Amino acid sequence: MEKTKNNRAWFLVLPVVISVSFSAIIPLMTVVNYSVQDIFGPGQRVWVGKEWYVDAVRDADLHAALLRNLLFSFEALLIEIPLGVFLALRMPAKGKWASLALVLIALPLLIPWNVVGTIWQIFGRADIGLGGYFLNSTLGIPYNYTLNARDAWYTILVMDIWHWTPLVALLAYAGLRAIPDAYYWAARIDAASNWAIFRFIQLPKLRGVLLIAVLLRFMDSFMIYTEPFVVTGGGPGNATTFLSIFLSKLAVGQFDLGPAAAFSLIYFLLIQVFSYIFFTTIRNIGRGDTA
Amino acid sequence: MAEIHLANVGHSYEKKPASLDDYAVRPMEMVWEDGGAYALLGPSGCGKTTLLNIISGLLTPTQGRVLFDGQDVTHLPPEKRNIAQVFQFPVLYDTMTVFDNLAFPLRNRGVDESQVRRRVHEIAELLDLTRDLKRRASGLSADAKQKISLGRGLVRSDVAAILFDEPLTVIDPHMKWLLRSKLKEIHQQFKLTLIYVTHDQTEALTFADQVVVMHEGAVVQIGTPQELFEKPRHTFVGYFIGSPGMNLIPVRLEGDALVTDSTPIPVDPAAIQRLSGREKLTVGIRPEFLGYSPAPQPNGVPARIQRVENLGTFKIAVAQVGEQTVKAKIPEKQPISPGDGWLIFPPEQTLLYQNDEMV
Amino acid sequence: MELQLESIRKVVGGQVYLYEMSLALKPGLNVLLGPTTAGKTTLMRLMAGLEQPTSGRILLDGQDVTRLPVKKRNVAFVYQQFINYPNLTVFENIASPLRIRGGLSKTALRERVEATARMMRIHDLLDRLPAALSGGQQQRTAIARALVKETGLLLMDEPLVNLDYKLREELRIEMQNIFDSRDAIVVYSTTEPVEALMLGGTVFVLDQGRLLQSGPVLEVYHHPDTQRVGEIFSDPPMNLLDARLEEGQLRLADGQRFPATSHMAGLLPGAYRIGVRPNHVTTAPTGPSSVAVPGVVELAEISGSETFLHTATAPGPDGSPGKLVAQLEGVHRFELGQPTTLYMDPDQLYLFDMEGKLAAAPERIWEEAV
Repeated sequence: MEKTKNNRAWFLVLPVVISVSFSAIIPLMTVVNYSVQDIFGPGQRVWVGKEWYVDAVRDADLHAALLRNLLFSFEALLIEIPLGVFLALRMPAKGKWASLALVLIALPLLIPWNVVGTIWQIFGRADIGLGGYFLNSTLGIPYNYTLNARDAWYTILVMDIWHWTPLVALLAYAGLRAIPDAYYWAARIDAASNWAIFRFIQLPKLRGVLLIAVLLRFMDSFMIYTEPFVVTGGGPGNATTFLSIFLSKLAVGQFDLGPAAAFSLIYFLLIQVFSYIFFTTIRNIGRGDTA
Repeated sequence: MAEIHLANVGHSYEKKPASLDDYAVRPMEMVWEDGGAYALLGPSGCGKTTLLNIISGLLTPTQGRVLFDGQDVTHLPPEKRNIAQVFQFPVLYDTMTVFDNLAFPLRNRGVDESQVRRRVHEIAELLDLTRDLKRRASGLSADAKQKISLGRGLVRSDVAAILFDEPLTVIDPHMKWLLRSKLKEIHQQFKLTLIYVTHDQTEALTFADQVVVMHEGAVVQIGTPQELFEKPRHTFVGYFIGSPGMNLIPVRLEGDALVTDSTPIPVDPAAIQRLSGREKLTVGIRPEFLGYSPAPQPNGVPARIQRVENLGTFKIAVAQVGEQTVKAKIPEKQPISPGDGWLIFPPEQTLLYQNDEMV
Repeated sequence: MELQLESIRKVVGGQVYLYEMSLALKPGLNVLLGPTTAGKTTLMRLMAGLEQPTSGRILLDGQDVTRLPVKKRNVAFVYQQFINYPNLTVFENIASPLRIRGGLSKTALRERVEATARMMRIHDLLDRLPAALSGGQQQRTAIARALVKETGLLLMDEPLVNLDYKLREELRIEMQNIFDSRDAIVVYSTTEPVEALMLGGTVFVLDQGRLLQSGPVLEVYHHPDTQRVGEIFSDPPMNLLDARLEEGQLRLADGQRFPATSHMAGLLPGAYRIGVRPNHVTTAPTGPSSVAVPGVVELAEISGSETFLHTATAPGPDGSPGKLVAQLEGVHRFELGQPTTLYMDPDQLYLFDMEGKLAAAPERIWEEAV
């Protein structure tokens, strides 16, 4: 509440300033540098100004990847957030079952990204994968994620849900445990239904953690790379070419460093803007609450 | 409205209570009369909140039965018992308006909307909340929030009792007396059965017609504030009620007289007659009832005044009687100074305890 | 040793926390009395060196220490919250300031810690961790840690406020003995008049960042310079009644008159405010000159040993509700709404002028005799 004026305080934040400039600002400036030049090889470069930016903004493939990515994030959030809250509500609150449930639910989070990709790549195969085989042979649904764009899309989506819903569940679980018992007691005495308890106690009290969950999940899914890269490689066609896959094709595949740099910066800005929008919207829902 | 009967009710948090010490609430028989204002007073850990939760149904007792007007409700959940409870910290539905908060218990029970509106307005008027009805509950001050919690209890016309669990903990000191008088007023107006749990003597004595003092899981005395002050039936009541508490002087029986370290203490001979044994005898006298005289007096006991604290409105004399430290409350105009003197023990107010129970 | 605060002021972000004030603190007990937001904590933080004043100087034995950081000062601080190191035993908690300072042999350290623990009556708990202690024991540990350093300045910011009343009573008495036995400047803040009176020493009455009055506790209690001091230094607060002095008579709002004799004689006619402490309001007349004030019972608050009777009396000329509170010895029962008459003894009335300054205070003849 009270501050003492003291110029030495600057020295205390200096290490942070230095490390942030090395880890973030300097690499970012390199990208900025690339984005305004055309690079042919070491020492051979031409100043092109905003050309790469104009190209990127007009690129139809990029537009498609952006829309695809937005749709993907939207679908992932739409399923993962309610599902995570539902799981958290169903998890036991205390006792030995509580810790067991926590460990089980956290399991997917402990698996490295590329391993998740590999698991699903094999799991979905019609010949040797359990899931693919089950769909094709047992249920008789033709399913092939390497050929069918729709199948590939749902495979990536289900994989993301499997991988990340636990995070939402854990956050919501922690939020639920922080609600004092008196609220539940009062609700029982007021003869509130389970739905009313959820709607008027649990959900309002979870607002804070759900905000964090939405933000984290949006940013992560908007930047998704490893798993689709391992499973589908962005295909079939461009069906699962999300922004980051598009970017790496550009930068690593075609070695178009200039356009890739320009696009990176646009990408970076996009995420900032979306996160900001999410953050302010959710915060304004039910402003004035203390939860 | 109902009479609440606890028939041999006891509760232990242990799976298999081996002895009475394992009980948070020791088995007891107790009747809370219809329309009474009760306080349940005791230090933290004495079992008072446990007992309250047994009455409201948040807890099922290990043994015994809970009867509302003779009907066994031991295994009924709180929502089926027509009980309202106000908790230590205000419990509100943050996203609702004050009106919706107050209407909530009625709407949940399917009361029709015109009836709901009438009741809510009545209660809001009573609690001075009318101006805030359209506001969001979460933006209000702590005392307004606690009034809403109380209002949710009052709004139902069918409540058997309203239970309070230290409801003024988070209220500003200067707001407390206003809420206390509001509670009193409500009790007088509606003659509801109210049970109020607190560790604060002022709250208990101000609020209640009958104060139930609990100590280590057992009820040690039930009485009016006056009875607890003037005739504490247990040494704990004497100690716990009053500031400073009762002087408790351990004594021995020598012949017909009670002495502490060879100093005789005058006690009503009839009380000494009633003694059934000689073990653990204590004389209790409140500092307010002790008199002081610089010269010998009837019922006087020689004492050494060690210190006099002038508290403006009165003085506290800290004196040595035998080896015991005794406090006496002296009126502001009576002169007293450290040194030898006499403390006067008026016989009507000098009480004798055997094994902590009044003789 | 003497701690002087010379025309200090504290302003934070345009908000005045402390208006200009000067205080001189001598060894012994100095009580800061005032309601919450009076500025007690800010003042203590300045004394400790945790903060610097916006203007003014702080002198210790004549030496300017205003800018001296807290760790270079010889000071100990006890807070409202029970602050202990949770992972250290009671012994280590108490020993910690000595270890930080160093220079003590192992046995000397042990002796010091044990002596202090015995004084605070926690010598049986030295091996325990703070979490295994009751609230009272935790605060005893925190106080012991502050005492063990034997600092020249000991600051205690409402140390008992978070304890329940029985513990508060016990610790208050022990504190007195402890303060008596040392030669430090002890500064103790509280909101409770009773605590100030019980502890004694010098009192500084603060309100909304202003120092209202200071002096020996009983003197300030009996001679409040202003109406506000009277209100703060009285629990329940001093009753205030509007009155007019005309032709040697005081006229109350309800029209009743009584002679302004003894200490009130010789005052200029005009509007006054009568101040009377609740303990001087009675349910029966104390003498032939007692003034009867009819009213209706609003609430009887019972504190255990006393009953505070709140009554509603005749409204003032401007229609504001009249109130009178009596502090009665013992426990009494009153019904809400019951009509009642309270009495005031004219010899016990304070008179304040309309600016709130003291015009007349009751004489205290019997005290001279002692």
